[in-house]
Amino acid sequence: MRSLVWMITVASLLAVTDVPAKQSRKGTAALAADAESAAVNLRIAYLHRPTTRTFFPYFDPPAADSGLQGARLGIEDNNTTGRFTGQIFALNEISVDEGDDPASVFLRLLAEGYRHILVDLPAASIERLSLLPGAEHSVIYDVGSTDDRLREAACSTRVLHLLPSRSMRADALAQYLVQKRWTKWFLIVGRQPSDRLYADAVERAAKRFGGKIVAIKVWEYDFADRRTPEAVIPVFTQGADHDVLIVADEAAEFGDLLPYRSWFARPVVGTQGLVPSAWHRTHEAWGALQLQKRFREQAGRWMDETDYGAWLAIRAIGEAATRAKTVEFDAIANFLRSDQFALAGFKGVPLSFRSWDGQLRQPVLLAHERALVAVAPIEGFIHPRNELDTLGYDQSESVCDAKR
Amino acid sequence: MRNDSNNRETRRGTHGVVLAASLVFAACGSAGADTVYVTLEKDNAVAIVDGVAAKLLKTMSVGKRPRGIALSRDGRELYVAVSDDDAIRVIDTATSKVVRDLPSGDDPETFAIDPEGTFLYVSNEDDNAVTVIDLAKGKQVKRIPVGVEPEGIAVSPDGRWVVSTSETTNMAHWIDRRRLEVIDNTLVDPRPRAACFTADSKQLWVTSEIAGTLLILDVDTRQIVKRVSFKIPGVTAEKIQPVGIRVDPERRRGYVALGPANRVAVIDAQKLDVVNYFLVGQRVWHLEFSPDHRRLYTTNGLSNDISIIDLAEQKVVKSLAVGQYPWGVAVKP
Repeated sequence: MRSLVWMITVASLLAVTDVPAKQSRKGTAALAADAESAAVNLRIAYLHRPTTRTFFPYFDPPAADSGLQGARLGIEDNNTTGRFTGQIFALNEISVDEGDDPASVFLRLLAEGYRHILVDLPAASIERLSLLPGAEHSVIYDVGSTDDRLREAACSTRVLHLLPSRSMRADALAQYLVQKRWTKWFLIVGRQPSDRLYADAVERAAKRFGGKIVAIKVWEYDFADRRTPEAVIPVFTQGADHDVLIVADEAAEFGDLLPYRSWFARPVVGTQGLVPSAWHRTHEAWGALQLQKRFREQAGRWMDETDYGAWLAIRAIGEAATRAKTVEFDAIANFLRSDQFALAGFKGVPLSFRSWDGQLRQPVLLAHERALVAVAPIEGFIHPRNELDTLGYDQSESVCDAKR
Repeated sequence: MRNDSNNRETRRGTHGVVLAASLVFAACGSAGADTVYVTLEKDNAVAIVDGVAAKLLKTMSVGKRPRGIALSRDGRELYVAVSDDDAIRVIDTATSKVVRDLPSGDDPETFAIDPEGTFLYVSNEDDNAVTVIDLAKGKQVKRIPVGVEPEGIAVSPDGRWVVSTSETTNMAHWIDRRRLEVIDNTLVDPRPRAACFTADSKQLWVTSEIAGTLLILDVDTRQIVKRVSFKIPGVTAEKIQPVGIRVDPERRRGYVALGPANRVAVIDAQKLDVVNYFLVGQRVWHLEFSPDHRRLYTTNGLSNDISIIDLAEQKVVKSLAVGQYPWGVAVKP
């Protein structure tokens, strides 16, 4: 297990910068010595597991510091504000490597006094942490999962979810397809269990918004047996008349091969093609370009979804601390879930946590690789209280609400 | 609108002669017209409009991603923040030529000039700082650290304060203009965009894009004294994103651009209540009075036009296509 403390040194925070811009920025972020951490009054831990993803194109390898860079930028943002409020934040980054037990790391963090704990771990691990004794004295910020079960049947009042669930993503996509009147859907599902969950969300969205699933096929090829994509895909995509191919392939094992190879000239949407997501490099409206630029300057790469989730979590803590005018845990934890909480997430509307399942309500971007196509909720999909609640499990549908 | 025909004649006489642009302005000026300068964020240009005749006169290239715009006190120089060129470009209004750059620091967005016309104060979004520039020397005097993503900036007419609002920190930072230091901070509603002092320097008006509110701050106590919300039938609350603010010198009426609500709110500046809404173009961003305060010009970012509001009639009289992503506006007599 490796641990790293990331913070802005108090000295550089208080320094009045008469120096040129580039220099002053570099000077603000630094690894702190123990002596300086004395001024820190809000400590946040971040548990993450290094990526184990095996399928990715050679030109697009996953970032080793995915999520971490978002958290670090959040800490820097909080501390810039903290200069004026006397609230100094620090991040303890803990890598849960192969063989490490997240539960024992989590319990040790609780024993060390950490109460705000970000986790980028598999859904099953997060569920386990939420059930540990002592977890009730913490807030667990789920910055990476999209799992609906974790927000529903396995939900916990201790967990807040920063990224949109699979159902929110599928609903966003469905709203767009229905608005386009592309309502006949050919659903292609990968072999992984997570692909089945994505497909479940698509099927649920079809029922909610009036999509018609005209075919469901499970993808079982691996091209090892001399069958080429050129040969397989046209045959595979024949059958019922459809408007779009919806692909559920979260690990990107085959979805990218579908466009331009299908039997019919139909667009590909879902986990590839037109993709619903929380954040995308093509998103520039509502000041998003500023966050994109700040992140890129710090990390030397584009902000990914986990970075955005982690940045949101840290900013949520910072915003609650600013508004509640305290770094005290209970006040922040209560404020986060209150009606007064409104987080600016560069998506044009205030973001807040749903009272019934701890999910951050937020717009979902629909983008292909090089352009943003739409932002859901799509105009016309209305809701009696908040249009963002047209995406995902609403209060009346939530089994989690009943448990509270 | 009596001047309309005069202006038309003048332009006809100079039609097609590029060098005569300055003559047009001189003639329009003497006829009592407004020269309206509009930054076009996506066109990397400034549109020059005859406000009274509602005619686009010329579009001039100015540099990458122009946003904030203001005139010198004497109207001879036009300042344009060219964000992606990391400078404030100075344009001679007589010749419409770029004459020099001011060292604004990285990514300048908005700026304000003090009442004496000596110093210019710039928000540097990427650097969490306000840069102070000596206009005569064209040099940076100081950089003042503020919150994350400073956006709105205003100098009080009495010269006492510079206020910077930071969009992610959500504060109005009160900079003492003599000491050039932040001496107080007021927590405001999420994502504050613009700040504007009333002419008597007694109030500061601040818009919050995410909360959809206008906050009125008392300058003496630096506390919020009123929070104005907006309700428009048929427009959802999320669409109401207040940005630009103007208040008339007598503090009778204030005007607030409401972004994607496509409206300008009219505020009774004494009672601090909303009294009317003008329907303008899409995603209305900033606004500016004509020098005689008879008209108000608004930039409409998504419909690529400006709206012209007749303030005596209290109605929108014209919209005029100007180019892509109109952002800021400045008006010269």
